[in-house]
Amino acid sequence: MPQDTATPAAIKDAKSRYKAGVLKYAQMGYWDGDYVPKDTDLLALFRVTPQDGVDPIEAGAAVAGESSTATWTVVWTDRLTACDTYRAKCYKVEPVPSTPGQYFVYVAYDLVLFEEGSIANLTASIIGNVFSFKPIKAARLEDMRLPVAYVKTFKGPPTGIVVERERLDKFGRPLLGATTKPKLGLSGKNYGRVVYEALKGGLDFVKDDENINSQPFMHWRDRFLYCMEAVNKAQAATGEVKGHYLNITAGTMEEMYRRAEFAKDLGSVIVMVDLVVGWTAIQSIAEWARANDMIVHMHRAGHGTYTRQKNHGVSFRVIAKWLRLAGVDHLHAGTAVGKLEGDPKMVQGYYKVCRERKSEVDLERGLFFEQDWADIRPVMPVASGGIHAGQMHQLLDLFGDDVVMQFGGGTIGHPMGIEAGATANRVALETMVLARNEGRDIRTEGPEILAEAARWCQPLRAALDTWGEITFDYTSTDTSDFVPTVSAA
Amino acid sequence: MRITQGAYSFLPDLTDDQIRKQIAYCLDKGWAVSIEFTDDPHPRNTYWEMWGNPMFDLVDPVGVMGDLAACRAANPDHYIRLNAFDSSRGWEAVRLSFIVQRPKVEPTFRLERTEIEGRTQRYTLVTVR
Repeated sequence: MPQDTATPAAIKDAKSRYKAGVLKYAQMGYWDGDYVPKDTDLLALFRVTPQDGVDPIEAGAAVAGESSTATWTVVWTDRLTACDTYRAKCYKVEPVPSTPGQYFVYVAYDLVLFEEGSIANLTASIIGNVFSFKPIKAARLEDMRLPVAYVKTFKGPPTGIVVERERLDKFGRPLLGATTKPKLGLSGKNYGRVVYEALKGGLDFVKDDENINSQPFMHWRDRFLYCMEAVNKAQAATGEVKGHYLNITAGTMEEMYRRAEFAKDLGSVIVMVDLVVGWTAIQSIAEWARANDMIVHMHRAGHGTYTRQKNHGVSFRVIAKWLRLAGVDHLHAGTAVGKLEGDPKMVQGYYKVCRERKSEVDLERGLFFEQDWADIRPVMPVASGGIHAGQMHQLLDLFGDDVVMQFGGGTIGHPMGIEAGATANRVALETMVLARNEGRDIRTEGPEILAEAARWCQPLRAALDTWGEITFDYTSTDTSDFVPTVSAA
Repeated sequence: MRITQGAYSFLPDLTDDQIRKQIAYCLDKGWAVSIEFTDDPHPRNTYWEMWGNPMFDLVDPVGVMGDLAACRAANPDHYIRLNAFDSSRGWEAVRLSFIVQRPKVEPTFRLERTEIEGRTQRYTLVTVR
């Protein structure tokens, strides 16, 4: 804790507190080191980089002030309100371990400050304007604790992991998917071919990519019709329930509803939206999905612009919490081993946010607060981007059973064709789950387990020959600030 | 055709020893194992016939293997699957399900299409024995 001496105390005397003029945020009452957060408070943890010479506690008080009631000067109209309860309280400021110049700033917000069931309202408060505030160089929202009283104002995922599994009749293993490639340019008819081959070969889902909407080369109705032909043909060929995430992202809500209705009319079990449609649109689609028994797949398009850099933005774990409240059933949450940014521990933290009923503090995985989800349904995390069958043991070990593993290139780029690519992935998956359940240590024996299966499964052998050695070993940007210490056992 | 429902349909049929190990895994997790059978594996045929209730409070896979042998003897040409049920709060559903017997000749599915407006098809899957 930085020394308190530089920080002026809150002014208690009303006459001096409300005299016209400018006060420090701490003087105005936005810092209270003795404050004990209430169970019903929303808590937020910011990583703040104050400008040179700015007292960290004053910076913390400013964050609390600017994300609740404060403006830059004293206003007498505060006195018409129970203003002390509306003031967010910065209650703890700590230096970030081994990172000079950065501080963890804890802020508590009274429940009254937030409209029930509105992520738009929550975000307008918490990240509304503090990130542009001049006395701080940078700020990042690291984590939030959402009180049960607030969680209960949201409906959450319309389907959730358990009901999704029951609807698909798939239990005991991760689900398998792939994104149709190339992302852009295929006609509807050619696109459906990829879907059919991949589903027939053993995948559970195929997926539209984030930027497949309704371009000149393939209008959306055409895509939906051909994809559903593929899905139904694959169901007949396998006796299994199959799906294709039909991306309904569009320029207006009216058009999104039109596409969603058509997907429903065609019998699709799932639709997809991109994160860039915005919080209100996401909540609206969740509402629609509840009314129509539809799984909502969320592609986190655009998140890297504000989640990746450690010093500024919003951590993905916070985005994941907001999305669980808003109501999505699938959420891309990283692969750790694939082509996209993601430290394994951090990614496991996002998976906890998606799936747990109650989370404990887990600093190593970036969880700074306990979180009770009040029985709101869990979200199925999706691991997608540069993963292949040769990593199956790592993926299963890192993420467990309740995840959709998506092998796009790792299916479609298979040397023997798309169907063989899908079969390779499915065999690798089933073989690894079976071995794990038999008690084998998949972390060390994984490659050997895959090699055993490749002896009787030629598609798997070809996949391992093609990609077995491919890894993406780059240093992650967003990593934990806490290293585990070995305790004397 | 080989129907690919259940967790292990892409692997060669499990031996009794492999089945026993999977049951042991489930019992170790505290899940109750049950046996179901059917002659219609249509993907929307949710309710296969129950071969008795789920075996709660069981500790030894031998119990399931005995019942499985009896179910097999009574239904030699049916599909049989094992389900493991987890009653913990927030799940309260099946955790693992896999096929442990198939008929000698598996049925196929015919896809029937009914043309409706705007090139839309109404699809129906029909089990063909």
